[in-house]
Amino acid sequence: MTTGGDGDPAGRERTYRDTPARRALAFARNTWRGLTSMRVALILLFLLALAAFPGAVLPQRMVDASAVSRYIEDYGWWGRLLDRLQFFDVYGSVWFSAIYLLLLVSLVGCLVPRSVEYVRSMRARPVLTPRNLARMPHHREGQLRADPDTVVARAHDRLSRWRRVERTEQDGARTISAERGYLRETGNLVFHFALLGLIIAFAVGHMYKYEGQVIVHADGSEFCNSGIYAYDTFNAGLNVDGTGLTPFCVRVNDFEADYLPNGQPENYRADIEYQSGDDLRDDTWRPYDLQVNHPLRTEGDRVYLLGHGFAPEFTVTFPDGQQRTKATQWRPNDQITLLSDGATKFDPPGVTDEARRRSNQIAITGLFAPTAHFNGKILTSSAPGLDDPAVAVDVMRGDLGIDSGYGQSIFEIDEKMVEQDRLERVARENLRPGEEIQLDDGTRISFDGVHRWASLQVSHDPTQGWVLAFAIVMLVGLAASLIVKRRRLWIRVSPSGDGGAGSLVHVGGLARTDQAGYGEEFTRLAADLLDDTGGEWDARNGSERNRS
Amino acid sequence: MPVNATLSQLSDWSYSSAAAIYLLAMILFLVEQAFGRKGQEAAERAGTRAVAGQDESAVATAGGGEPPESPAVGPAERRHRGRAERFGSMGVAVMVLGMLLHLAALVFRGWSTGRAPWGNMYEFLMVLCFAAVVTWLVVISRHAVRHLSAFVLLPVVLLLFLGGTLLYSTAVPVQPALQSYWLVIHVSAAAASSGIFLVPGVASVLYLFHSAHQRDPARFSSLVRRLPSKELLDRVAYRVTVFAFPLFTFGVIAGAIWAESAWGRFWGWDPKETVAFITWVIYAAYLHARATAGWRGDRAAMINIAGFAVVVFNLFFINLVVAGLHSYAQVD
Repeated sequence: MTTGGDGDPAGRERTYRDTPARRALAFARNTWRGLTSMRVALILLFLLALAAFPGAVLPQRMVDASAVSRYIEDYGWWGRLLDRLQFFDVYGSVWFSAIYLLLLVSLVGCLVPRSVEYVRSMRARPVLTPRNLARMPHHREGQLRADPDTVVARAHDRLSRWRRVERTEQDGARTISAERGYLRETGNLVFHFALLGLIIAFAVGHMYKYEGQVIVHADGSEFCNSGIYAYDTFNAGLNVDGTGLTPFCVRVNDFEADYLPNGQPENYRADIEYQSGDDLRDDTWRPYDLQVNHPLRTEGDRVYLLGHGFAPEFTVTFPDGQQRTKATQWRPNDQITLLSDGATKFDPPGVTDEARRRSNQIAITGLFAPTAHFNGKILTSSAPGLDDPAVAVDVMRGDLGIDSGYGQSIFEIDEKMVEQDRLERVARENLRPGEEIQLDDGTRISFDGVHRWASLQVSHDPTQGWVLAFAIVMLVGLAASLIVKRRRLWIRVSPSGDGGAGSLVHVGGLARTDQAGYGEEFTRLAADLLDDTGGEWDARNGSERNRS
Repeated sequence: MPVNATLSQLSDWSYSSAAAIYLLAMILFLVEQAFGRKGQEAAERAGTRAVAGQDESAVATAGGGEPPESPAVGPAERRHRGRAERFGSMGVAVMVLGMLLHLAALVFRGWSTGRAPWGNMYEFLMVLCFAAVVTWLVVISRHAVRHLSAFVLLPVVLLLFLGGTLLYSTAVPVQPALQSYWLVIHVSAAAASSGIFLVPGVASVLYLFHSAHQRDPARFSSLVRRLPSKELLDRVAYRVTVFAFPLFTFGVIAGAIWAESAWGRFWGWDPKETVAFITWVIYAAYLHARATAGWRGDRAAMINIAGFAVVVFNLFFINLVVAGLHSYAQVD
């Protein structure tokens, strides 16, 4: 500090000079102050709400990738522009991340000084009693017969749950300053710290979590969580490389679905067995009744029943008498009636000649209805229950293109092969179980029956327990900070002026909380404090005055 | 489980009667609002209160305590209270009757289906309106705002009408994904908090009328003359929001817990989840705005209205237009 003393050279050195470093420092300081101000926090909150909005109305890749592709196709340049601006990955986009990171910084910048202030205020004693309590928003006064000592002792008793300090003023009046409702600020800080914890736990969870979906036939087939290859689809956080998945196996023995007469599903359940942990070594299977709202929780992972469908079983009897039986899952394309489509593909057995093999592959494609309903020859499904199954199939013969090197869907045949006339339709028929088709070369195809499959999801999220814990703490803190009122009460007791043993008592109150509604409590308290059991009321002074 | 048709018929009758009775109550309240003395009284009180408010803010920034809500009329004057006020108290009685029928509609619906009566959009709206009505009855028992009841009943009756006509669905059990005790917890919290948010929304709209009138006394003068003070409207909005916000937060958390066991993740940015998140952020902004200089008053009121607008958007647009996991509207 330069005090203009007599020629202290160091003092002159320290006068302010506008150096780049100082300017940078000032800039940083102002930025920090701006960022942590409530006004900027508010604006960031609005931006966050605004930025989250497109995710509610536009399809999102993480929710439904195919809907995004359809949207982009339908809307042309507009769709491509939205895509480039990351509107289909809103919650991972640069701009959304920027907003919540800034908000996080703002939150920390707000919490740190407030915590310091909080610690200080928790140590502080309640403030001095104002000189004129009649100016407080809540005020009452009375003339009591009891002497000041008794009144003060009684007040201490009544205010036992308040933080309070007694002081004696110069003129001999004794005052108590009392304050209550510190829990409000505690709750507020707890809420904000828990919010911070929740966000961090959420973010960490996103790095380490994975979920995979897999279709398992409900005929005793097994699925093991041994690697990504075991899944049909697999989504994982950045830090998951697919090795070291929690080992466990699931076997689906049966699947049941109950429907109401109107086709509304009433209940789904899969009868499964599983083994995990030590059971894997002992080869012990434990039964579990997997239902929609009852996932299997084992070793920190969860197994869900997502959906179900049908796998029609076909047997192909080749001209040489060899038989092949297959039940490939078909996919439901109508979620209400479970009308399904798919393709069951066969290789001719025992054919070593590559060219002959590839001209005699067979695919059975078409529709499957659990409860068949025919419009003429057109098959539809009238209900999702497996009551009267039928298939409407095209039998394709030729080169399925399985060896072309391209992957193909298990639900479809490669249409390119049909276009190139390498795969042709040799029959079209509606079949019920037990019925069969005879092809021109003597091959017989029979529809044997239907298997059910269950679609399972395995989810792993190591931090979700933390997120829940933080959310509960948040809720408790929030309730405390919104319900508890911070309020002050002062009482001044002075000997009554007429020289008697009585005392003159003033009570004042102030709510430190916005719109807290302190009036009723104050009225009650003041009435107790001024209750001079056996004393007489001074009607003139006992008047009540509550203002708002 | 089979549906009891008699009970569901009873529920439908109670529902329609409740809506009709609310309409009647609304007319009674409108009479009070239009011809009652409370409007003028309120305006006068507002004047004195504004002075008191300034005085108080010199003492502390916080808005201090509660006024005793008995209106400043002496017993002699009360005996002479006008016919319009009598319409108002009749309105309350009629509104309570409507609420009881409304409750009966809910109980019968739940009884007939053997589940919590909030499994589709029609039922959700029924619960939402019920929460709004109960909240308002509590508010008028504590604050001198009874003559404003018509402004609250108007959206309630509108929503009930929409629910009973366009969104009606017959009483049926719910699909497997909804068969969980979380249906009772999560959906009731969501519906109730949405309904409670209606009340601060209405109070904030009236607040803005007040402000517009203050800026230009020619505007809305006949309406604003009959409104209570801005402070009271603001206090009603704040108090009710402060009650609804933790409830809404609880509803979202309960939803996340349910989603974890039903859909395999506790949060997946499903459209409904996203808009619930936006609602939460907006109401959080409202609470912060009320504690920030320069953002109290009009801006806070606007934020509160925006919050309720998003609640309505979440209810109608997301349920009916956007396809998501929460597509349980079941509109016939």
